[in-house]
Amino acid sequence: MANIDRPESEILRPLSNTFIVASIIGALFLNGLPWGGIWLTLRPDFVAVVMLYWCTHKPLRVGIGLSWAIGILSDVNDASLFGQHALSYTVLAFGGVVMSRRIRMFDLREQTTQVFLILLLTYTIYGMVHWQVNGQMAWSYFLGCLTSTLLWIPTSSLFQSMRQMRVDRE
Amino acid sequence: MVSGAALCASVVSGVELFFHSLLPTDYWLFPTYYLPAQMDSTQTFQVFDRGPSPAARLVFFAVLSLLLMFVDARYRYLESTRSVLSVLVSPMQRLATLPGVLWQDASDFFVRQRTLLEENRALHRQHETDTAQLVQWQSLLLENQQLRNLTALQRRSQFTVQFAEITYAERDIFRRKVLIDKGSTNHIQAGQVVMDDKGIVGQITRVYPWLSEVTLITEKDHAVPVQVQRSGLRSVAFGAGDTSQLSLRYMPVSADILKGDVLVTSGIDGLYPPGMPVARVEKIERDAAYPFARIVCSPIGGVDKHRFLMILSAQPKLPERPEEEPAAARAKTRKTGGH
Repeated sequence: MANIDRPESEILRPLSNTFIVASIIGALFLNGLPWGGIWLTLRPDFVAVVMLYWCTHKPLRVGIGLSWAIGILSDVNDASLFGQHALSYTVLAFGGVVMSRRIRMFDLREQTTQVFLILLLTYTIYGMVHWQVNGQMAWSYFLGCLTSTLLWIPTSSLFQSMRQMRVDRE
Repeated sequence: MVSGAALCASVVSGVELFFHSLLPTDYWLFPTYYLPAQMDSTQTFQVFDRGPSPAARLVFFAVLSLLLMFVDARYRYLESTRSVLSVLVSPMQRLATLPGVLWQDASDFFVRQRTLLEENRALHRQHETDTAQLVQWQSLLLENQQLRNLTALQRRSQFTVQFAEITYAERDIFRRKVLIDKGSTNHIQAGQVVMDDKGIVGQITRVYPWLSEVTLITEKDHAVPVQVQRSGLRSVAFGAGDTSQLSLRYMPVSADILKGDVLVTSGIDGLYPPGMPVARVEKIERDAAYPFARIVCSPIGGVDKHRFLMILSAQPKLPERPEEEPAAARAKTRKTGGH
């Protein structure tokens, strides 16, 4: 079972809104890079991973409403159906907010399993909507779910270490 | 071996915990009531009012999204909203194209002189042959115009061409679309035809202020009315969903079509100008067990190759719409005139 007695390793610095907004804009930017061919198939959903990180680690500041708004922006960005990303990100945020306490308690490996299930749900919803509207399905699309899960590890460690940076200028 | 077993165990425990999260609703109000004693210190009661519960928010936003999707898919009321939001997103989109542009510039800068010379020579040669053909073509055009004038046929309308650069391609894994850097500020309209120097590439389907979206002819179920250049046989080419294929559906087994035939636009839809190359027939499967032949074609235009495209700016002129005739007569003419 999960290692519940794990001590809190560091006291984190208070989080600025600028950092959150910058990370989301960065993720939208990375999603918007001109990916093509096999790289498009393997492209992780940066926005989903970043939103999931904030929903699990700051559920009171980044929640379902903001994820929905970011989803609408992604819809415009990707020229997909209005509400398609929004719906999947809403479910993603719900999963993140509801499981936030547990996920924060786990170490990285255990987190990854949980995150995979949330992301799989998100990808499935997006794919289902697409299937309903267009009547076809690209199964290779779900590869992105795996890479997104793998992306969770570096993203989570990066954000965690950025939040832990101490000001040593005395 | 050991680490594999440990990994398996962690996966199993993760899955188990995931389903464990589907607890009764009052779990969220009184978490300590349900949790093991050792987790007491990490859990808190909900003392402060935090607005609606996550489940309520989920339902609200999910219903909102579904409503938006329904309206967008059915009625297309949201195009103005989309273009307003695209203004917000477009600086980021432009920024995202920057790495690609920089890479292109860098590789343009470090091109070798010999490559340039070779390219220059090849272009010169091409230019000479083209000039010869162009002179010929102009004389043919004049002759054709005269003949058409004589027979009082409607002249084919002239097209003015706008050049556009692809800003990015196929961003959505499900769809074959490219975005080009000309939009409504450049008087682009939805429905205009996009081609490269060899053939038809697609059609503009959505216009933003500075960008427009081109649906490629290889998009699944995108139809182009075509004609076999050799025999004049009319048909419709459908996209197959990947960038290298088109297919002709509902062609009888006995149809006069051969491998290598060039398909050009027939122009009878009034949207695609007639005579533009679309595809080349690659494979024909004639099986007497099926009523239709299976015909696979490959697009002639570089559907997924080039950076620069041409937009044909004038819509072809359609003949005057005939006077409204009674519905019964119209149905009859459609039945007899059907192909």
